[in-house]
Amino acid sequence: MITDILKASVAASAIRLATPYIFASLGETFGQRSGVLNLGVDGIMLLGAFAAYYAVFETGNLLLGVLAALIVGMLLGLAMAFISVTLQAEQGISGIGLYLFGLGLSELLFQKTVVTPTPIDGFPRVNLPILTDLPVLGEIFFHHNLLVYVAFALVPISAFVLNRTTFGLQIRAVGQNPEAADAMGISVARVRYMTVTLGGGFAGLAGASLSIALLNIFQSNLTSGQGFIAVALVYFGAWRPYWVMGGALLFSTVNALQLQVKTIENALGINVPSEFAVMAPYVVTIITLIFASKRVEQPTALTKPFERGES
Amino acid sequence: MPENLLPTGHRRIEQMRMQGIVKKFPGVLAVDHVDFDVKAGEIHALLGENGAGKSTLMKILYGLYHPEEGHIYLNDQSVVIRSPNHAIQHGIGMIHQHFMLVPSLTVAENVALGLKSSRGLILDLEVVSKRIRELSEIYGLQVNPNSPIWQLAVGEQQRVEILRALYRGAALLILDEPTAVLTPQEVDDLFRILNQMTADGHALIFISHKLHEVLAISHRITVLRDGKRVYSIPAESATKEMLAQMMVGRPVVLRYDLPPIEPGPALLRLEGVCATSDRGDEGLKNVSLNVHAGEIVGVAGVSGNGQRELAQVIAGMRSITAGKIWLNNDDVTSHSPAAMNQHGLSHIPEARMTDGVIKNFTVAENFVLQNHGRKPYAWGGLFMNFRSITRQCKTAIKDYEIKTPSHETPIKSLSGGNIQKLVLARELSRQPRVLIAAQPTRGVDIGASEYIHHRLLEERTKGTAILLISEDLDEILALSDRIVVMYEGAIVGAVKRDAADVRTLGLMMAGSKVTV
Ligand SMILES: Nc1ncnc2c1ncn2[C@@H]1O[C@H](COP(=O)(O)OP(=O)(O)OP(=O)(O)O)[C@@H](O)[C@H]1O
Ligand SMILES: [Mg+2]
Repeated sequence: MITDILKASVAASAIRLATPYIFASLGETFGQRSGVLNLGVDGIMLLGAFAAYYAVFETGNLLLGVLAALIVGMLLGLAMAFISVTLQAEQGISGIGLYLFGLGLSELLFQKTVVTPTPIDGFPRVNLPILTDLPVLGEIFFHHNLLVYVAFALVPISAFVLNRTTFGLQIRAVGQNPEAADAMGISVARVRYMTVTLGGGFAGLAGASLSIALLNIFQSNLTSGQGFIAVALVYFGAWRPYWVMGGALLFSTVNALQLQVKTIENALGINVPSEFAVMAPYVVTIITLIFASKRVEQPTALTKPFERGES
Repeated sequence: MPENLLPTGHRRIEQMRMQGIVKKFPGVLAVDHVDFDVKAGEIHALLGENGAGKSTLMKILYGLYHPEEGHIYLNDQSVVIRSPNHAIQHGIGMIHQHFMLVPSLTVAENVALGLKSSRGLILDLEVVSKRIRELSEIYGLQVNPNSPIWQLAVGEQQRVEILRALYRGAALLILDEPTAVLTPQEVDDLFRILNQMTADGHALIFISHKLHEVLAISHRITVLRDGKRVYSIPAESATKEMLAQMMVGRPVVLRYDLPPIEPGPALLRLEGVCATSDRGDEGLKNVSLNVHAGEIVGVAGVSGNGQRELAQVIAGMRSITAGKIWLNNDDVTSHSPAAMNQHGLSHIPEARMTDGVIKNFTVAENFVLQNHGRKPYAWGGLFMNFRSITRQCKTAIKDYEIKTPSHETPIKSLSGGNIQKLVLARELSRQPRVLIAAQPTRGVDIGASEYIHHRLLEERTKGTAILLISEDLDEILALSDRIVVMYEGAIVGAVKRDAADVRTLGLMMAGSKVTV
């Protein structure tokens, strides 16, 4: 009985903890599928988290918080698109730059405004009629805050957009063979601007899901590298929304177990450094990449700026 | 009516006229005041040496490049074509020298790319597939709309390109060297389709280096040289010899005599070699082959029957699953490409853009790619001797007539044929004992082809063992002492030069066992 409850609570918190990963890695999937690697996700998440937190801190309006995170995220995505598409800067380096910018600016803004981490009233858990009252299942699946449901709903939507819409086809073509897309009258730049901006918006929401739904607080480096994990998850999930969600759940389960591990550790007096948790997804992803053969979805033009031959 | 249900040819282009077109690239005047026109129901061929400006002129018409000067008229109305999208809207389609398909997507997805869907934002692949099948029916272009492109042979990929242009209702279709990678049968198919298209009122522009093709298919012929239009004539009054002379500016030899040579020892030997292809099936089946010093052995066959794998295993670029390879009596089975080079092997690869050169390197850098650490290009294997590199490279540029602004130009901005000449110059400069030449003149103009053929024959006289892999039967017949035919990864026949004729070779290429 006790173990059942423990399992249920691990499962429930794994689902909750997957939220920021899902938002961020779905957004990153769009960008990468079109050929742009944005390593700045964590920085966007931090600024999104702060924007959401500050909006709620000042107004108490949760939807305003979400909107603030979305807009801030999209603006940063737009900046990344400008740097990588228009200026054709090296994507890895500009992404790291964006991350450091987000890390520094979110810290600075926090120090200038709120100063001490103050809890706020974030998204409450939703009670669904009948469903929430189901034994075990209710606790695992139907007792979460709104953003959890939004994140999971975005998975099939993203898969649909990528695989079943004309825009999705354009994204896939631009990421695989931009010359061909260009010759077919598609604006490579336009598609990449749209995906990277959208990805930024998703990263902003990922931040909001931390600061106004999961933790209900803001502090320096709130994300502690989750944005980087999200990037790894995109590779891990082979650029497919459902697989990416699977990866997100895998790692959030590890996170959820860690919370339990802390209790055990405390009892035994040992300590597993949290760096291992951040490392784990990369190690697992690298191992998967070693064993996975070349995957068809891999965008061959990833990180390569596009320019017509004309000079 | 939704866009993708429109019948083909709905935007008839009675006449397209380009006037006084000028296009400059750094250091090159690629197109120099060129006039060019084409009418509905006509095939107008564009001829010219490598780097003459054919592709550039066509990319201007397709909106990929913007001319410095000149005008384009469609049905006597002046138009400015800003982008491919714009060109497509005007009813202009283009099949590029290098195919423009997305390998991971299916045929239907490639066709649907960039089109409006009948279902708004949502893809309508069933509608697209249905229309593809209809068009396949009308033009006898067999393709399965659901196959991913990477699984298709080159000929099939080209059919997809044509279908895609037809689907978009291209009234004017530009075909930039469409036959360079096709087998003779596929060329016949293509010509049948092109004739049907002109009968339907399409206007076609056809680029090729193969004069017999140009004479067979086109109504009018225009020759470009160094970016200028030098001649336009009706096809009936043209002959191969005069076209060759106009393109190159001097008479061209179209036949060779092989001086008899007593072949020396076998320098390249393969015994029971097997290898796996990229698709995972048996690419090479039990191939045994000898090439002697002073001998050219031609490998004929329809593309995709193991020729690529054969060249790659000998070059050390593909691992073998069984068998042995000897170079110069040394067992070199499973050696690396570098080790093969040391044993006196030179390789002119088929995929020269990916395997032959590094695109962003300069001409000179590409020229010393394998030898940069050796004399005379380096001192003590460490320091590069740039003076010597420059000197040797300049000589090669002159000898091989490579068209490039300088030896410091990045190789990617050279035209296709000139890149091939550079690879050849590099490989021959190493004085090989064994030479593998895979499709050495694919996409190369006749002047340069003649030059390359002479160089190969010179190597033969020097006592090099040469394996010539080519899909061009004329080339094989002109140069080889012996001919072997490959079919489905195996050698299905071997013929001496005197006993070879196009018909028997054609039969063997289609898989029937013939012994001569
Ligand atoms: N994007 C580019 N940048 C710089 N120079 C270029 C570019 N494209 C073509 N050129 C140069 O312009 C000239 C004409 O090239 P083009 O590709 O039109 O030749 P082509 O007639 O199509 O030759 P081929 O038969 O080899 O395909 C060449 O000298 C080439 O080096
Ligand atoms: Mg060309």
